[in-house]
Amino acid sequence: MDFEVLWRYAPSLLSGFGVTVLCWGAGGALGVALGFLIALLNRLRLAPLRRLLRVFIEVFRGTPFLVQLFLLYAGGPYIGLRLSATTAGVIGLGLYSSAYFAEIFRGGFAAVPVGQIEAATSVGMKPFDVLWRVTLPAALIAALPPIVNMLIVLSKETVVLSIITVPELMYQMQTMAAETFTAFDAIFAMAVFYWLLVEGVSRLGRRLEARVTAFMAEEARPA
Amino acid sequence: MHPQVILHSFGYLTQAAGMTLAVSLAGIALGFVIGAAVCIARLSRRAWLVRLGGVYVSVFRGVPLLVLLLFIYYFLAKFGVDVPALAAAIGGLALSSGAYQSEILRGAINATPPGQAESAVALGFSGVEIWRRILLPQALRISIPSLINEFILLLKASSLVSVVGIAELTRVSMNIASLTYRPLEAYVGGALFYLAINLGLAALGALAEQRLAGERA
Repeated sequence: MDFEVLWRYAPSLLSGFGVTVLCWGAGGALGVALGFLIALLNRLRLAPLRRLLRVFIEVFRGTPFLVQLFLLYAGGPYIGLRLSATTAGVIGLGLYSSAYFAEIFRGGFAAVPVGQIEAATSVGMKPFDVLWRVTLPAALIAALPPIVNMLIVLSKETVVLSIITVPELMYQMQTMAAETFTAFDAIFAMAVFYWLLVEGVSRLGRRLEARVTAFMAEEARPA
Repeated sequence: MHPQVILHSFGYLTQAAGMTLAVSLAGIALGFVIGAAVCIARLSRRAWLVRLGGVYVSVFRGVPLLVLLLFIYYFLAKFGVDVPALAAAIGGLALSSGAYQSEILRGAINATPPGQAESAVALGFSGVEIWRRILLPQALRISIPSLINEFILLLKASSLVSVVGIAELTRVSMNIASLTYRPLEAYVGGALFYLAINLGLAALGALAEQRLAGERA
């Protein structure tokens, strides 16, 4: 271990960690939002739309992320889509994960007892309120653990962005390793950084779960 | 593009796809058993079991699969535990996937109405029976979309087991690329096999969902 090298490269490693967290956060948020939208559209029961969404999900779930990223970044300019590496990375992460999130939300919605939605509708709740106060909290109890699973998978998937030259942690690590011949230190530092990230995500997930459970308990209490 | 490269190496690719499928399916099945056990531990009333399950998930979800595989295959050998390559591959996939699957199952079981387990207790069901006949079937129906997600991720992650010397789809595609100097064709051929297996998994999931939904009605 050569801490002097790690210290010297600390600014670039930290900025790499920042870019990683940023890409993961933005890509994950985009993926959750898009996945939620897809799951909602799926509930409209329009056969052609459903088929289209199914194709989207199977394509983005069934092919490797690296291939999708290459197509977006290197193939995009052929159809007039010129994206910076980081933008392409965020959009790529969002599209890729949205297919998984859509399926997670679909499973979550399936866990909501139909009677609750019918009851909410029959007491005159507006469709948005039914979704926000009845369907979503009940769906999240089943969906949150897999959502956190997927966010963790996604945080590990961000290393792929280094291949299209996004200056994230992996990219900075490889630069350091190549310039100073300290492959072991680089890998050690990387393990620490990614463990921090994953641990942070699982803590966030546990807190969210506690909040949803508390919300459900609050609502269930007779007024 | 020279598609005949794919045709010439079709036999190798099919064989390699068989290996990928075998390793993945074994990893999925063993991972499901581990996942169910960890999930039951985390939902039990014994504090030490809950703690133990939490540590398991935290460790195996936090450690990258590649590191886990290298650890099992190379590091354990230092201490005289010689794990065969195939066992290391399946074990690594199962240990890692078990952590993810346990979380998926835990969410699904939390979503089944508590009244059901309570009425089963009131009717005199034993603990094992409650899990087998009441909780797991419902949890399975809710969790199938997420489980299929996880199976597809595992299948793609199985490309990593080539580091312990298993000739699976990605490794064989690499070999074909270096033999023929046609990387594009070799990798497209490999990718088509992955896509075919994943579509099969998704179709199987849809079928299982239909069956379980039918049982409920």
